[in-house]
Amino acid sequence: MSTDQVIHLEKVNKWYDDFHVLKDIDLIVNKGQKIVICGPSGSGKSTMIRCINRLEAHQKGTIVVHGTELTNDLKNIDLIRKNVGMVFQQFNLFPHLSVLDNISLAPIWVKKMPKNEAEDIAMSYLEKVKIPEQAKKFPGQLSGGQQQRVAIARSLAMNPDIMLFDEPTSALDPEMIKEVLDVMIQLAEEGMTMLVVTHEMGFAKTVADQMIFMDEGRIVEQASPDEFFNNPKSDRTKLFLSQILNH
Amino acid sequence: MSSTTIQIISRNKYYNWLVKNLFSSWVNTILTVISLIFVYQVGSFFLNWAIFDADFRYNFQGELIIDRGFCSKNIMPGEYGACWAIIFARWNQFMYGLYPIEEAWRVNLIYALLPLAIIGILFDKIPFRRYFIYFTFIFPFLAYFMLYGGPGLSVVGTNKWGGLLVTLFLGVTGIGLAFPLSILLALGRRSKMPIIKSLCVVFIEFIRGVPLITLLFTANVMLPLFLPDGVNPDNLLRALVAVTLFQSAYMAEAIRGGLQAIPRGQVEAAQSLGLSYWQTTRKIVLPQALKIAIPPIVNTCIGLFKDTSLVLIIGLFDLLGIGRAALADMTWTKLYYEVYVFISLVFFIFCFGMSRYSLYLEKKLKTDNS
Repeated sequence: MSTDQVIHLEKVNKWYDDFHVLKDIDLIVNKGQKIVICGPSGSGKSTMIRCINRLEAHQKGTIVVHGTELTNDLKNIDLIRKNVGMVFQQFNLFPHLSVLDNISLAPIWVKKMPKNEAEDIAMSYLEKVKIPEQAKKFPGQLSGGQQQRVAIARSLAMNPDIMLFDEPTSALDPEMIKEVLDVMIQLAEEGMTMLVVTHEMGFAKTVADQMIFMDEGRIVEQASPDEFFNNPKSDRTKLFLSQILNH
Repeated sequence: MSSTTIQIISRNKYYNWLVKNLFSSWVNTILTVISLIFVYQVGSFFLNWAIFDADFRYNFQGELIIDRGFCSKNIMPGEYGACWAIIFARWNQFMYGLYPIEEAWRVNLIYALLPLAIIGILFDKIPFRRYFIYFTFIFPFLAYFMLYGGPGLSVVGTNKWGGLLVTLFLGVTGIGLAFPLSILLALGRRSKMPIIKSLCVVFIEFIRGVPLITLLFTANVMLPLFLPDGVNPDNLLRALVAVTLFQSAYMAEAIRGGLQAIPRGQVEAAQSLGLSYWQTTRKIVLPQALKIAIPPIVNTCIGLFKDTSLVLIIGLFDLLGIGRAALADMTWTKLYYEVYVFISLVFFIFCFGMSRYSLYLEKKLKTDNS
């Protein structure tokens, strides 16, 4: 196993009762790689990345993150979650906490960091996502784009090496998508390992070094963006691309 | 603007309000008139009975009322109203039961400290809240020591406790103990661990399926059977166990409603940040769930506070029990209205207070930033 390899999925299968959501998924992610995953809804793309930090449990196959295998062992799950950040479609900010408390919560409780140190870190990440002036507000007072940027800052405050993005811009109004994508592009430029489920193909072309197309629980196509957009191999990919690019 | 125009405008304002709300149509006008007559009739009858034609400590001849024969209404039937002397004469029993009167200052002290002990829980924006909360946790031990006695204080057995003391003891302690228990029950009911889940479900459904009276009888008769020989908890403690279990089941359901309202994404976000189950529960789920559940929780508290009067059937003298004892006394017998109105008033003050608090919270929830 190369030392650069940070995520390794091998023959991963998952069922929801009778429904087979993930079928023999194989995936290797190297350090610093940016992988964009697309596919029709219900294709299993969200489920796949949610398996990587064990928000969903897989039933067959192995998932290894940073050399730690994901099993029911809570210690391993905690270890992996500390190093893998996640950003959700619905932001999932904590509405009863201020922006600053949203971000400093995990450093204080999981990393046992002193409160003022955690708040300094929170402020620095708020500056990074360009909304330090919102620190004292509550999530309900922010726009969708601002909320999602806070959610990114909240994840980054745990200093993860891998970031998972689950359709981060799908719930946003069009004019707010750019401000979130800009933050993600900046993150990519800094060398973060990223797995992004998105249909923002412009973003994919800018940052991705691997494209993955999923359908019906399988990885149908995996290629460099250049090849993926200009010369897709499978008919299913071609159809999908024609549908989302030509409108 | 001169002051006369202001007067005219404000007079118009009231006039407009009256027309719009009370006399907008013929039907409305008739209903308004009928309602006013009804309110006037009932209100004047009650006020005359309870205040203007009533005796307090002295009757209409200026004599101190020492038994029911001195009540004005018994001297001149039909002319006079309530005879509140029974409340004055039995005041100490209503407040303390048979608690030795020279030790009653201990009860008074606890009555006086009780608001300080709960204020920190009820309001989140008071100065020095942290110290009030500390006091909340010290208070039960202080109250136990002061009320029951111990080193330096003579022991007053709970069989001597009565009246408001028993009512408040059961109400406040029952609610206080039931609260943590109900959180555990509500969490347990949503647990993924089948044994814990079924235990909680069975407990909650069993308690909710049984009348409180039955539980009180059961606790009274059966609790000693479960305990080792020689350990014989007194009646008040048995009632407290029943009341606590009863309340915790209802409160658990109220809290479960709050838990269900929290979107799954909240837990997932917390988990993805590495928070453990208990951290997630304490920091993310419960603060939000309890906020939502407070109005139904207060509802169950109001219900429980009133239900404590049922303990009179297992021989405890709560407020109602003391009232009935007073009525059984030959010197005061037959003054039913006075006793029951007084007891109702006391219960009403506490329950109305809780109800207003719940409304205040609902309003606050709406305007809060979350």
